[in-house]
Amino acid sequence: MINYIIRRLLMLIPTLVGITLVSFLILQLVPGDPARTIAGQDAEEEAVEALRIRLGLDKPIFLQYCIFLKNVVSGNFGKSISTQNEVIAEVWPHFLNTVRLALVSVVISLFVGIGLGTVAAIYQNTTIDHITMGVVLLGISTPTFWAGLIIILVFSINLGWFPSGRAEGFSSLVLPAITLAAPAIAMSARMTRSSMLEVLRQDYIKTARAKGQKESKVIYKHALKNALIPTITIVGLQFGYLMGGSVLVEVIFTWPGLGRLIVSSISARDYPLVQGGVLFFAFSFILVNLLVDILYTYLDPRITYE
Amino acid sequence: MNEKNDAKDKGTGNQVASIWRLFRRNKLALLGMTLILVIVLAAIFAPYIAPYDPSQQDFQMLRKPMSAKHWFGSDQMGRDIFSRILLGAPITLRITVFAVTIGFFVGTLIGLIGGYYGGMVDMVVVYLTDILLAFPGFLLALAVIAAIGPGITSVIIASGFSSIPQFIRIIRGSVLVEKEKDYVLAARAIGESNTSIAIRYIFLNCIAPIIIFVTLRMAVVVLIASGLSFLGLGAQPPSPEWGAMLSEGKGYLQTAPHISIFPGLAIMILTLGFNLLGDGLRDALDPRMKI
Repeated sequence: MINYIIRRLLMLIPTLVGITLVSFLILQLVPGDPARTIAGQDAEEEAVEALRIRLGLDKPIFLQYCIFLKNVVSGNFGKSISTQNEVIAEVWPHFLNTVRLALVSVVISLFVGIGLGTVAAIYQNTTIDHITMGVVLLGISTPTFWAGLIIILVFSINLGWFPSGRAEGFSSLVLPAITLAAPAIAMSARMTRSSMLEVLRQDYIKTARAKGQKESKVIYKHALKNALIPTITIVGLQFGYLMGGSVLVEVIFTWPGLGRLIVSSISARDYPLVQGGVLFFAFSFILVNLLVDILYTYLDPRITYE
Repeated sequence: MNEKNDAKDKGTGNQVASIWRLFRRNKLALLGMTLILVIVLAAIFAPYIAPYDPSQQDFQMLRKPMSAKHWFGSDQMGRDIFSRILLGAPITLRITVFAVTIGFFVGTLIGLIGGYYGGMVDMVVVYLTDILLAFPGFLLALAVIAAIGPGITSVIIASGFSSIPQFIRIIRGSVLVEKEKDYVLAARAIGESNTSIAIRYIFLNCIAPIIIFVTLRMAVVVLIASGLSFLGLGAQPPSPEWGAMLSEGKGYLQTAPHISIFPGLAIMILTLGFNLLGDGLRDALDPRMKI
């Protein structure tokens, strides 16, 4: 097990290097002279030149990447252009806010999704199944930014149950977390339903029923426990989905997370901040998937550490 | 057009017919196809059926709710929302089709090469795919926009680019399965070239999962593209693009929610259409495939 984890960590290194390369290339793709773009069209020529040297843009591109990589490894993501603060100091608190939001959403989506999926599987091909899966499909098809607006309209403006537009305490987290969770609920519900249907056909379920086990026990003790394994594997995928989706949700609910920071940095042409934010997203996504993989091998003893 | 030719060939004709039979039984898939057809027709005939000029401002009609004259009400500049939604349909459809085409071509090419040749080539392909998949889809599109600047073309490139790794993975997976089959060996025995085997044999046999994935990816791209426009990074006002309309309307949520509700509904209906159709095609084309 330890060997497996170490090997997985080593295998991460090339991926992480690749991720830094992609984030580095974002700045290279900026059309024209990045120093000029960052400094603004009417900046003095000397100021642009100074910025170019400060950002290391006067060096050959390969060398620039090596410097960038070296800096990232030592935790130096550069300085924000608009605030002059270290990127890491800007990104970190926002990142924590996004993680907070994503974690609550993952919990919501797992509970609701597994519940809906199990119910749909038990009542396969009945009206209950059709309605549940219909709602689930609506969840996948609804744009989060629109759902967010409707939820604000109903629960904040009309009913006044939750605050919106302020990030204070747990109650301000509820609405954005639900909005963000909606598509993820759909994913876990579909996954749970299909793996539950598969499990319910297995021989050990027949055995459990044959020996006179109560149906509720068959479902919860025998079937669900096994059906949950595939659902857990998609938590990693979902986390990435939630992180990506959080961009829109954070903007709508003015939640001070990383997604909103990236969007405002794009408008402000604060490229180091965009780069740092994107890197943080990708790193955390990779890390979560690694954790899920390890958890998976732990949960399902049939899987060998290969 | 292919169906006619297929019908002559009795074997394939039966196959197409049986797929159609399976598909037709699926009421939800038919509903999905209808939703898409309605929006496509609306997009084609929008200039002729729109009751108003989508940019015509009427200051007597600011933020008015639904009425007989303005079916979906009017927006903050007194423009007719129904007409704007009709004229927004071709924009969204164009973005979606172009973006998915980019993802399809680049992804298929890379996935086919990696899966078919294997070895070092495949390792590089897998490595590249893994890296790109490390960026959540919407974020990858956002990063591309950050680099190339906002606009409709950028949205096409960005959402197309973020579809590439997904296409590579789907196609590479199918190719790995197909290339072990006997017909590939037979093709090689009769002296077919690598290109011919890869395209005429393997690719054509992977077409079912590809069609399914293209349809489902359309749904995702509709959401990504309108999301980018909603953030002000895609189509710019006064364009009647649905995401941009939503973004313009969100300031009037309290007094005139209909300005935001209708464009959102339009996005949802189109996405739902693609999702329903994709699910239906999956059931009809490949009953074994899951999620």
